[in-house]
Amino acid sequence: MSSPSAIAGAVLADAAIESRADAGPRGARPRRAFSRRNVFLYGTLILVAVYYLLPLYVMVVTSLKGMPEIRLGNIFAPPVEITFEPWVKAWATACTGLNCDGLSRGFWNSVRITVPSVILSIAIASVNGYALANWRFRGSETFFAILIFGAFIPYQVMLYPIVILLREIGLYGTLWGLVIVHTIFGMPILTLLFRNYFTSVPEEIFRAARVDGAGFWAIYFKIMLPMALPIFVVAIILQVTGIWNDFLFGVVYTKPDTYPMTVQLNNIVNSTQGVKEYNINMAATILTGLAPLAIYFVSGKLFVRGIAAGAVKG
Amino acid sequence: MPSERPSQLLRNLSAKLASVPMILTAVVVFLGGTIWTIVHSFTNSKLLPRLNFVGLDQYERLWSNDRWLVSIENLAIYGVLSLIFSLAIGFLLATLLDQKIRFEDTFRTIFLYPFALSFIVTGLVWQWLLNPDFGVQSVIRRLGFEGFVFDPLYDADIVIYGVLIAGLWQGTGLVMCLMLAGLRGIDEDIWKAARIDGIPTWKTYLFVVIPMMRPVFITTLVIIAAGIVKLYDLVVAQTGGGPGIASEVPAKYVYDMMFLAQNLGQGFAASTMMLLSVAVILIPWAYLEFGGRRRV
Repeated sequence: MSSPSAIAGAVLADAAIESRADAGPRGARPRRAFSRRNVFLYGTLILVAVYYLLPLYVMVVTSLKGMPEIRLGNIFAPPVEITFEPWVKAWATACTGLNCDGLSRGFWNSVRITVPSVILSIAIASVNGYALANWRFRGSETFFAILIFGAFIPYQVMLYPIVILLREIGLYGTLWGLVIVHTIFGMPILTLLFRNYFTSVPEEIFRAARVDGAGFWAIYFKIMLPMALPIFVVAIILQVTGIWNDFLFGVVYTKPDTYPMTVQLNNIVNSTQGVKEYNINMAATILTGLAPLAIYFVSGKLFVRGIAAGAVKG
Repeated sequence: MPSERPSQLLRNLSAKLASVPMILTAVVVFLGGTIWTIVHSFTNSKLLPRLNFVGLDQYERLWSNDRWLVSIENLAIYGVLSLIFSLAIGFLLATLLDQKIRFEDTFRTIFLYPFALSFIVTGLVWQWLLNPDFGVQSVIRRLGFEGFVFDPLYDADIVIYGVLIAGLWQGTGLVMCLMLAGLRGIDEDIWKAARIDGIPTWKTYLFVVIPMMRPVFITTLVIIAAGIVKLYDLVVAQTGGGPGIASEVPAKYVYDMMFLAQNLGQGFAASTMMLLSVAVILIPWAYLEFGGRRRV
């Protein structure tokens, strides 16, 4: 076998010839619907799709059964008798330690954490990105480089120093402390996202505004912000799912009263006391996964853009 | 660049003020925090951090601790297998989706949705599916295979593979998406030319497309690797580190030492080791990626 690059070179040369003689019928040759290739292709895809969907299906089915049915039956079997009681219990009465007011507490904590974290982190990062793209100053690129490298540092390295910082400003163990933590750790990826977007905005627009006498904030609010709305949506998707799904920061920086939903869910399901009520556990699990899933199914392609950008965050 | 106008010293004042949060985060938290942790990893801090230096004591204790050694071994197994499988499965799924199929969006949505779920949710679902009394094992036993055994979460020898199954389920969709974007970036003409030359599709993938996608593979590799080191929530939710210490991972060791065992020094030493392992992955990559050309 000759080297790949040689093949690619030959391929490119041929491509040039082919594009010139491109006058004939277009499109792929029609195929029979049930060719061997298609059966194999769709067969594989459907099998894999079933595998990916199975856990979601089992979660839903289990959460709709009563405990006797779970003990006797098959986890893949649909419920004989549908009951919503596990959902109600998971939401309102499931116990973690001494609190028996269900996941609702964690849900509202998560809302109270996620909303300000998303707003604050995006506000700060978008301004940072804008400054880095249009108002570079001495050292700005160095700070940015540190920030990006910081995104790869394992969080564990910075956990304790942040505990000290938060304790110093009196926010350790509070919701606002966690909001600051999310703002800090969302900053690298969001700043990168906004910086890249604002860099792609034609320089002329910025210069014209400068000539007209607009300053830093005027250009940001009147020109850049309205133009960048799609990026803001991507950033919101990225942050809402990321912060909602966070566990580590929640468990480190909050107290049991202010635990976010993921932490509370884990405490409910993995608590060692009492009889395991699998239907309630699964209902609680779905409830916790519902918010990011809803965002995922509603936002579609924007979500893909968000994770492609946010992949760096791991 | 608009910034060079020395006559006005304070010209960029708004930009500088607006960048204060970024500068603080970069310098105080990321740089300062990292240095702080590294420095304190050489001390005998217990309940509170103090600067009582004891040299490499913490590291010696770390590397003679069974739990840490198990953690490292688990992370190595999980890391290598998860890299191989998520790249292989992700690439295969992407090529399948790239065959101009119908319902591409539906399939992509299905393969990617687990990525929207948290590791906690993922871990709990798979804990339930792999439950020996109710899950896959019991279902297959009821089909008549009485002796069927599949209880990875209760078998210390294979528990990490149980975690791997869940991790792959959650993460391959992302790899698939990155790979698909890479495949879509390949010029259509290359495919036409390969077809004209009569090169079989699989050979085109193997010898033309994959080499051309080298940057995509490297980026994906770095992304997966950086994520693997952070492996924590999944283990906490799915196994809690058990049975015994069989599924412990370094990130959990750090948390437990710092916040449960009141042994800060060990936590700092362990997290510094994690940083070191990331640096081993990251520095060669950064060198390859940015070494040749300077930053713009």
